[in-house]
Amino acid sequence: MDLFDIIFWFFASVTLASAAVVVFSRNIIYSAFSLLFTFFGVAGIYVLLSADFIAVTQLLVYVGGILVLLVFGVMLTNKVVDVEMKTGTLQVLPASVVVALAAGTLCGIFYVTEWRVRPTENALPTTAGKLGEMMMTSYLLPFEVASVVLLVALVGAAMISRKERKQA
Amino acid sequence: MTSHITLTHYVLLSAALFSLGLYAVLTRRNAILVLMGIELILNSANINFIAFSRFGGTNLDGQAVAVFVIILAAAEAAVALAIVLNIYQRFRTVNVDDINHLKE
Repeated sequence: MDLFDIIFWFFASVTLASAAVVVFSRNIIYSAFSLLFTFFGVAGIYVLLSADFIAVTQLLVYVGGILVLLVFGVMLTNKVVDVEMKTGTLQVLPASVVVALAAGTLCGIFYVTEWRVRPTENALPTTAGKLGEMMMTSYLLPFEVASVVLLVALVGAAMISRKERKQA
Repeated sequence: MTSHITLTHYVLLSAALFSLGLYAVLTRRNAILVLMGIELILNSANINFIAFSRFGGTNLDGQAVAVFVIILAAAEAAVALAIVLNIYQRFRTVNVDDINHLKE
């Protein structure tokens, strides 16, 4: 067991443990904050997979953006000051059955399949330059569509969440 | 590379993360916790994309797709939070089982 393995198991356990807290915690604030550690753990997994650009993007977008949005959502939709922030669950038994079936199927397929793995010695030292080149060449159309989608989504989100104004 | 961590480890990790996210989506009453479950599912999909991109040769196509997944996750979170806030202003609750009409 070398250092790489130890780091992998560390990040994997951080990710899964904090994700379990997200899912099973009764307090929504605990869920929101342990989601932070889940995102950090996933970013560490990306670094181990030599995807440095994606790891930094993960930290910037998820931790800096999506998580802050979610915490805002928690703060704005729960009565933070007075009542407890417990949240209930429903239909635990059927959901458990469905999730157990899905997890069993997925793990079984992943475990049984003999993946055709190429040798991995020649990973790129950095990926940002190559990814940027691909965004400007072979992924140009999805890149432009994604920019339009982001624009429309953010303008739409601002429109939806604004208080309705009386027509003059 | 003499590591014993193989592709199977990564995809099993993502399967576990997916199952946790699916459980959150199916059972939690609070709409924001459902959104958190969706984020977990998207993260597990990204781990799969990047793991296959890493172990399938030196092409970066998987990482490019992962970038688009992150972009769409950001857009989805913004729109979904806006909808949730609007629902809260109208119904004073964000429990998904209490919101069962399209119109007041």
